[in-house]
Amino acid sequence: MKLEVADLSFSYEDQRVLSGIDLEVGEGELVGVLGPNGCGKTTLIKCINRILVPGGSVRFGGHDVARMGNTERARLFAYVPQALSVGMAMTVFESVLMGRRPHVRWGVGESDIGMVSAALERLKISHLAFRKVTKISGGERQKVVIARALVQDPSLLLLDEPTSALDIRHQLEVMQIIRSVVNQKGIGGLMAIHDLNLAGRYCDRVVVLHNGRVAGHGPPSGILTEDLIRTVYGVSARVGREDGYPLIVPLEPVGSE
Amino acid sequence: MEDERERIAGQYLRMQGKRLLFVAVLSFLIFLLAVGSTIIGSAGLTFGEVLSAVLAGIFPGTFSADPLAYTIVWDLRLHRVLFAVVAGFGLAVAGAIMQGVLRNPLASPFTLGIASAATFGAAIAIIFVPAALSGEISLVVSAFSMSALAAIAIYGLSRYRGVSAESMVLAGIILMYLFGAMTSFLQYTGTTEQLQAVVFWMFGSLQNTSWEKLALVTVVVGVATPLLVWRAWDLNALGMGDQVAQSLGVKVEQTRTLHMMVASLITASIICFTGTIGFIGLVSPHITRLAIGGDHRYLVVASGFVGALILLGADSLARTILAPQIIPVGIMTAFIGIPFFLYLFMRRREEYW
Repeated sequence: MKLEVADLSFSYEDQRVLSGIDLEVGEGELVGVLGPNGCGKTTLIKCINRILVPGGSVRFGGHDVARMGNTERARLFAYVPQALSVGMAMTVFESVLMGRRPHVRWGVGESDIGMVSAALERLKISHLAFRKVTKISGGERQKVVIARALVQDPSLLLLDEPTSALDIRHQLEVMQIIRSVVNQKGIGGLMAIHDLNLAGRYCDRVVVLHNGRVAGHGPPSGILTEDLIRTVYGVSARVGREDGYPLIVPLEPVGSE
Repeated sequence: MEDERERIAGQYLRMQGKRLLFVAVLSFLIFLLAVGSTIIGSAGLTFGEVLSAVLAGIFPGTFSADPLAYTIVWDLRLHRVLFAVVAGFGLAVAGAIMQGVLRNPLASPFTLGIASAATFGAAIAIIFVPAALSGEISLVVSAFSMSALAAIAIYGLSRYRGVSAESMVLAGIILMYLFGAMTSFLQYTGTTEQLQAVVFWMFGSLQNTSWEKLALVTVVVGVATPLLVWRAWDLNALGMGDQVAQSLGVKVEQTRTLHMMVASLITASIICFTGTIGFIGLVSPHITRLAIGGDHRYLVVASGFVGALILLGADSLARTILAPQIIPVGIMTAFIGIPFFLYLFMRRREEYW
């Protein structure tokens, strides 16, 4: 199923944050949302998930997301928020099990338990299963939240900077897992991300936001140019190639922002 | 790999088993205590006399009992014992719900103004209703309507700035102080007898229970609890934050409002008969969380059993410790509950909230 966003706009009070956003995410496709702080990446993710209510149209699999019930939408979209607060002190296992909420009535069956164990294993956090989520490291928590999104068994993953709290090894691990889930299950992925090099390496396409509008949209190697980085981020950079992926080395701030 | 998955699944299932065992042990203890509590008292009845009185009440044709024992058991003790069980259960359930919905370990009917509103309602009835008309009814109705008003006010105030957990807690605390101040003012203007009556009401007591009141409270708790347990997933999801809960399909504001209203209704329907019995709604959920963890599918009911045990235990002690004097049960609940809580709190060092 395909995500189609057309002419999406959003304002906080009377301050316009997003306008005229068009984008698509197909099956098996991972799309990165890039842009400086405050450009509306998080807002865009929340608008698609209807945590915020945007103008314009958001359709998934041909259906208007605005007309879906909460549970219906929760069966399709899994959301990995940016904030690393995990809420009350429950065990890692129970926290991940929560992803089954849109699918179960009340009781938890063998298959639900199996999915949780499998997700824990996939993210290499099985050994933490019965630790409290408040007692593990930030990187481990990020993996717990991603595991929860996986057991939600979604058709679209919405990720808000899933690697921001992680060291470089965990960044790569998490990106590889997201990439492989998207490929294997043929689901869509839309990910707000700061790290241009990770985006260039793992995303099929990137959407660059600048002042609430789309400043560039396409495959990373075509979009992530020295010019665009200078315009959007106000930073001079050298863009090379490594392994066929763009390699961005930021140099220094330019202009007055 | 397969082994690891099976180990984890097995451990989770054992955890579930432990939770069921906890509830089973509690219900057994409550049963024992209820039997004991029906037997003890200044009349000096024996187990046999009480048993035949109970049976004679249930199967009037088949069993017969000593008329005095029959009167003591059926007219004085049994409804009080059962009321303690149901009221303790209800107050603890309400506390568990409020703490869960507001993600706040200090939330309870008492920290959120529901109880101080009831006290204010009782004080109005005691002080303003002329003695000729002042019956229990005016007191009960006044206390109940004030707590209902408080619940609606909390909702209204927080609605004004978005029904978040923080704004509800804040609105509740403001109401608590407001009603507290108004009650103090009424006490200041009242006579010594009226003052005494208000203070006695604030202690909380099971002195005035009856079969009719028991029936009413049982219906409220009996209808509300299954509804709350049925929605337990929503409560679990809310524990992870509003946005995550919403992304898991929970209607956040609707759920928070519904749960707060139901918890307030339970509380109001109990304390309008008993006066303010504090502490149970606050501490029972904590004890339960320490013992079996925070999954509300189990926590809500298990907290109820803990609350029932504490209130019944407190009332049994209150009736016997200075017999024939009966101490108001509200004074005893803390004495009973705190050692229990401290034991778990000191023993379990890991974070549980």
